[in-house]
Amino acid sequence: MMHRVSEAERPPRHRSQRLLLGLGAVLLAVLPLGSSEFYTGLMTSGLIAAMLALSLQLLVGCTGLVSLGHAAFYGLGAYTVYAITPADHSLSLILTLPAAAAVAGLAALLVGALSLRTRGFFFLMVTLAFGQMVFFIFHNTKLGGGADGAYLLRPTLSLFDWQLPLTRRQRPLAYYYLSLSLLLAMYLGLLLLLRSLFGRVLQGIRVNEQRMLALGFNTYRYKLAAFAIAGLLAGIAGHMYAMKEGFVNPELVGWHRSAEALLMILLGGLATLSGPIIGALAYTAIGEVAQLITERKLLVEGLVILLVVLSLPKGLSGALSGTAVWLPRRRPTSRPPSEASRHG
Amino acid sequence: MDFPELLAQLLNGLQYGLLLFLIASGLTLIFGVMGVINLAHGSMFMIGAYVAYLVTAHWGSLWLAVPAAALGGLLVGAALEAGLFRHFYAREHLDQVLLTFALILLFEEFRSFLVGNDFHSVPVPALLDFSVPITPHFSYSAYRFAVIAICLLLAALLFLWIERTRMGAIIRAAAEKPEMVDVLGIDARRVHLTVFAVGTALALVAGALAAPLYSVYPNMGDGVLIISFVVVVIGGLGSVSGAFWSALILGLVDTLGAAYAPRVAGLAVYVLMAAVLLWRPTGLFGRRA
Repeated sequence: MMHRVSEAERPPRHRSQRLLLGLGAVLLAVLPLGSSEFYTGLMTSGLIAAMLALSLQLLVGCTGLVSLGHAAFYGLGAYTVYAITPADHSLSLILTLPAAAAVAGLAALLVGALSLRTRGFFFLMVTLAFGQMVFFIFHNTKLGGGADGAYLLRPTLSLFDWQLPLTRRQRPLAYYYLSLSLLLAMYLGLLLLLRSLFGRVLQGIRVNEQRMLALGFNTYRYKLAAFAIAGLLAGIAGHMYAMKEGFVNPELVGWHRSAEALLMILLGGLATLSGPIIGALAYTAIGEVAQLITERKLLVEGLVILLVVLSLPKGLSGALSGTAVWLPRRRPTSRPPSEASRHG
Repeated sequence: MDFPELLAQLLNGLQYGLLLFLIASGLTLIFGVMGVINLAHGSMFMIGAYVAYLVTAHWGSLWLAVPAAALGGLLVGAALEAGLFRHFYAREHLDQVLLTFALILLFEEFRSFLVGNDFHSVPVPALLDFSVPITPHFSYSAYRFAVIAICLLLAALLFLWIERTRMGAIIRAAAEKPEMVDVLGIDARRVHLTVFAVGTALALVAGALAAPLYSVYPNMGDGVLIISFVVVVIGGLGSVSGAFWSALILGLVDTLGAAYAPRVAGLAVYVLMAAVLLWRPTGLFGRRA
């Protein structure tokens, strides 16, 4: 089992799978060149959702922590842009992006420090409750424009005095490629992270936390670090949302968003880092199609979720590739997988 | 603040806390015995409120609505358990979360399809539409007194059921050590079905009782779900008596907060939860680590 765990964080092994991933990346890079402004915007939304889902995967798929309050950090990232941008001129991305990441990361550190004192169901409920607390702050106080949300001046792509000259028509394309680069950086960063000792400990915690404790790892600290990193990355996703939409509202923080992020992960597949990206893009597409064909978007979403939960336990990537799961899934009970107990 | 107003707020808090207990007790029982997380529990509260609205609109009596909600809750709960949840006890938390999240969306769509998205008010039954004078200057709604009485009665019945009956002993055993219940050859499926049905029925009854007090509106289950989670976290997983006390505490904190410190009141329950987590991560009344 230890052998499999150490092997687990490698990038996809099969040539065909690697080829598919590369093809997907190339496709994502050239797709907006031929599409309308509307579809470029939609695809950017998909990429932002992918960042959110990917950041959550560090907790769910890698560490085995199911958080229902992840949207809080996403929303905090977006609201940070609103909070620091003055009313009369916009700020540089160089300033807003680190600020959003830092605020979300710090908030995650705080929430994680409390929530990680609990496990399992308790952890789910506590993260949900803290997420709703953030929602409450933005919804019921005037801090961030109240229940209706607020408009903001978009951050600019500028460095000191130099500013990337962008016409109004080029802007969607610029946001698309910015989001794509950030997503790619996040993906590669997490891939490296999972290969490090830190990443291995996280995966060890998912498989059997007791054993990691017995090996002398302070698992609480590792989980807290993962929680903070995931929150920070979600803050970056939130920043991109605020930048793209030029608008923030409390729904960003609501727990429905957190549940949707979980669904994207399950839809794409729990076992890989590419899963959440595939899931997020698919979910965005499904939502758009649902909106086109019916007014009852929630009905379609509900049925899709039901279908996925009932019939696609390995997600789309599992169904597509048919290859072995490369992050072993934890059993619902605390009992370790039998093979682990034999070889441990 | 004068005394009658404080008394009124205390009674309001008590009544709110008892309603919370009806919802949270089902949640904590379903957790404790079956180990399943049910996000759709808030939807049950919503359905109960809409049952009350529909029954009173058609037959003009809330007296009919409460038993209807109870009966409907038993049926819905049994159907959900046998049709869906039974297959999810051994699944991962993530699957359970998403299954029940999907149920929330579907129940809301069903509600929207059936009765639309408007706010509705439900009249207090005529028989109880008066105030009980307590001091010369202060009287309190008779309906709220009735809600307190009904909730206390239901709580007493629930405790008797769990503490004094054979089924209750099995439930307590199953919450403590589920493997032992299996080993003893007890048919766990019957227990699961009953617990789920009763828990669901309690949430529907709470919704029906709450309908005249808080009006009836879309997504009304969401807020109730979150605060019920806080009740369960503070009370301790699977502990019905823990849920009782923590529901009362939260009801009072929330109500008194809204009356005397309205700007920060909404945060009070979360601060309380954070404090309990710092002090006793397994809940005030929880036994298990």
